Amino acid sequence: MAKPRIATTSLAGCFGCHMSILDLDERILELAEIVDFDRSPIDDLKHISQRCDVGLIEGGCCNEENVHVLREFRRNCDVLVSLGDCATMGGIPALRNTVSLDACLREAYIDGPTVHNPLRRIPDDAEIPLLLEKVYSAHEVVRIDYHLPGCPPPPEAIWRAIHAILTKAPLTLGHGLLKYD
Amino acid sequence: MSNASVHANRPSSLTITIDGREVNAVRGQTILEAAEAAGVWIPRLCHFPGLEEFGGCRVCVVVANGRSCASCTQPVAPGMVVENETEQVLETRRAIIEMLLVEGNHFCMFCEKSGRCELQALAYRLGITASRFDALWPKREVDASHPDVLIDRNRCILCSRCVRASRDFDGKHVFHFAGRGAHKRIVVNSSGSLADTSVASADRALEVCPVGSILPKRRGYDVPVGARTFDVAPIGAGTERARPEESR
Repeated sequence: MAKPRIATTSLAGCFGCHMSILDLDERILELAEIVDFDRSPIDDLKHISQRCDVGLIEGGCCNEENVHVLREFRRNCDVLVSLGDCATMGGIPALRNTVSLDACLREAYIDGPTVHNPLRRIPDDAEIPLLLEKVYSAHEVVRIDYHLPGCPPPPEAIWRAIHAILTKAPLTLGHGLLKYD
Repeated sequence: MSNASVHANRPSSLTITIDGREVNAVRGQTILEAAEAAGVWIPRLCHFPGLEEFGGCRVCVVVANGRSCASCTQPVAPGMVVENETEQVLETRRAIIEMLLVEGNHFCMFCEKSGRCELQALAYRLGITASRFDALWPKREVDASHPDVLIDRNRCILCSRCVRASRDFDGKHVFHFAGRGAHKRIVVNSSGSLADTSVASADRALEVCPVGSILPKRRGYDVPVGARTFDVAPIGAGTERARPEESR
């Protein structure tokens, strides 16, 4: 029987949640025994290659590309899990949500006290994904099946969540594993 | 009790049931107080021992004799049947907490109060992994003008604990509400700036804040992760540990 396939991605995140996956330490070998990785930073595939059982989403959506990737995951994964506070609540990137995008870019590239930008130019190359007016949590963009908060979620919580999904067992994280910091 | 004489010839002790368990109560107690005395914890945010009840946060909702009410303001009555941990009650509480989480701007990952925050601890205890509601991201003001105290209104849940504590514990009347509905906010009794008030970092108004909205400066992250109040034990565990042996 084919192993379950897992795809992972970091959208508007810092890869900290992926670091927490790596923090499974020696259990990462056990994980590699029981699942196959599809698109993920582990193999650097640019697109999902075939139907996946589980997609782990780190980060919310701050730009157009994030939305495209998130929709690709939703189309190709049976179960989608928001991994970490940025995916579940917006997180640090959403700090800009209380000001307009224009004001945010002006502060970052023109008006900020430590900015040196003599041309007063805000990056606008066509290669740069277009920023959204607001940063959205993943479930504000597509349907998300499970949420695993934390900054980052503890490795133990990730381990238990993956096991619970693969074995179709209910999971209560409980004290110390359900956390937002 | 101003109406004590009316009840003078009625017995002061009575019995209620909470989730099927008989609990002794005293006339004049609220449901929340009677539950607390019996080692039954009811979640709360605006209630604080010693302060006049506010009844505003609604997190302490219970079903009493078939009707939803705030247990911090509803007095006990003989034979009252209270539902505290039924799925219906828990679901209502979850919805209230999830609304609070999106109504302000809550960033637990860098908040100094994280691990000591009652809103966060309640969300953990109720098993909330994300809010079902879309985030509002309101524009809120921070006042860091005072040398020792700051207000971050992004985190304020309008529980009024600071308003009541400053008035009744500290005798200062530093904090008040202004505005209505979505515009309601905490203001200070001065030119508008915290620096011009008589607030001090030792005021109990700071200590009672359930979230990270009113903070003493230069405390920062002084307790390491793992040793903070709600790292050690979930919120409410103290009340439940104190439950009388025979009734567990």
